[in-house]
Amino acid sequence: MTYALETRGLSKSFGALTVADRIDFQLDVGARHALIGPNGAGKTTFVNLLTGRLAPSEGLVFLGGEEVSNLSQSERVKKGLGRTFQINTLFSKMSVLDNVALGVSERLGLSSGLWKTAKSYANVTEEAMSLLELLGIESDAHHIVKDLPYGKQRLVEIAIALGLKPKVLLLDEPAAGVPSMESQRILSALDLLPKDIAIMIIEHDMDLVFKFAQKITVLVQGAVLCEGSPQEIAKDTRVHQVYLGEQRA
Amino acid sequence: MSQLVGYTVDSRVRWTEYLPWLLAVLVYFLLPDYLSLGSRVLTYILFALSLDLIIGYAGIITLGHASFFGLGAYITGILAAKLGVTDPLIQLLASGLGAGLLGLVTGAVILKMKGLTQLMLTLAISALCLEVANKATFITGGADGLSGMEIAPILGLFKFDLFGKTAYLYCLFLLFLTWVVIRRLIYSPFGVSLMGIRENAARMHAIGAPVYQKLMVVYTLSALIAGLSGALLAQTNQFVGLNVLGFEPSGELLVMLILGGVGRLYGAFVGPVVFLLAQDYLAKQFPEYWYFGIGLLLVLVVLFARGGVLGILDKFTASSKARQSGAQSS
Repeated sequence: MTYALETRGLSKSFGALTVADRIDFQLDVGARHALIGPNGAGKTTFVNLLTGRLAPSEGLVFLGGEEVSNLSQSERVKKGLGRTFQINTLFSKMSVLDNVALGVSERLGLSSGLWKTAKSYANVTEEAMSLLELLGIESDAHHIVKDLPYGKQRLVEIAIALGLKPKVLLLDEPAAGVPSMESQRILSALDLLPKDIAIMIIEHDMDLVFKFAQKITVLVQGAVLCEGSPQEIAKDTRVHQVYLGEQRA
Repeated sequence: MSQLVGYTVDSRVRWTEYLPWLLAVLVYFLLPDYLSLGSRVLTYILFALSLDLIIGYAGIITLGHASFFGLGAYITGILAAKLGVTDPLIQLLASGLGAGLLGLVTGAVILKMKGLTQLMLTLAISALCLEVANKATFITGGADGLSGMEIAPILGLFKFDLFGKTAYLYCLFLLFLTWVVIRRLIYSPFGVSLMGIRENAARMHAIGAPVYQKLMVVYTLSALIAGLSGALLAQTNQFVGLNVLGFEPSGELLVMLILGGVGRLYGAFVGPVVFLLAQDYLAKQFPEYWYFGIGLLLVLVVLFARGGVLGILDKFTASSKARQSGAQSS
């Protein structure tokens, strides 16, 4: 079976400290998958290994069945791997529309154009605007990103990633730092995303995780502790011990 | 006049953008005694534009930009004084290409680095270029400089005259052509992606942008333009000395850009004018202490006007607009 994303024995060590320990992971096409674990479990490191931001010490990464372990971050993006960041990583002094348009233009291969003006590429701005409409932030299109509330900035993060038309989307704590009212809005936005995109979400907000995910992987100390449906994970005593105990006890 | 770049920004030339050119033409007709200084100012505007392209738009920090300026000047000088190539356009082309090639080679290393390491590398390359020019006396003239340059009339028609009229128009024409190219580039998708790199290189990687390649393109282009400005200096002065290389001219250029306003396109026009006019005036009034005046000017700008002279104008325009809209609503 071909997975949208797969890792085999993916490991990363910084000296004696192992932050990813022989992780075998599969993400089905169109999956809604959550990766959870206590702080310091290595979740963001795992995402960085998947995207090529970090080079693994060992192991392989496959995207749609094709090995991408040796490809750069930007090459993996071109092959359909999109991501958002745990801490907003936006073009904060640019408009919301330009933030998204940059990604769209990059995907369409227009960003190296030197002579025609950016404004003349109406298809780029139209597509960027339609993504903002999808996420319900089109009224903020011409606002400078740093002037937006944090929750909306999280949505801009998602809009930029969607502009890349990814086959696999990795969302690193999309609701981090967002008030609970607004995290509901983010969940609604996630529900609207195209069903053919495989999405893996890292999140500490368990309500959001259990509402969103069809499958959950629990990571502890850089290794997979267990994997299963939300119901199975909720019943797993090991998970209660290492992570869920505090929230759902 | 601050330069906004983006996918919805109107790229049509605004009326304020005609002002520098109008002023330059007026100087030609009204101040014929100052055309030599005018040529120097135009040359430094071109040089400052090349620096603004990488610092202001791409966020590449450098203290070694004079390497390209100096190389451009020396290529023209050597061609004219040693090799008998007197055609100014061939000299110009050779200087641009030579400096561009140096930019390509050094950029390949420099642009792999970030922050302080990058800054130190640019400084080191600048020091190396200075030392090579100093030691290779047989071709550069060393500390004595290169003189005896022969520059033929431009296109065989326009001879460089004593009053500097041809030189002034020649510099103005080249500056105008380069401005057209840089302005197009800034408003293009490539320009927007450069701004993206300056704002957040990590995110640019994450949207699949080949950041390193884009930086290589702009760094090489910037080096090429700096080489052209070096060639202009050599042709209009008909002399090349070691003072075109090293930290000092690089630092002075950065001061000019800061005075004018970094990342604003026209900051590169205002900065050299302010700097060179202040230098000209202060050097006459206080020959021993003129640098003190420049230093004081820089301190004042850094403390009170971070956006340079254009930043002050922007604030003034914004506050007057706010007052107008307040008056209309009340």
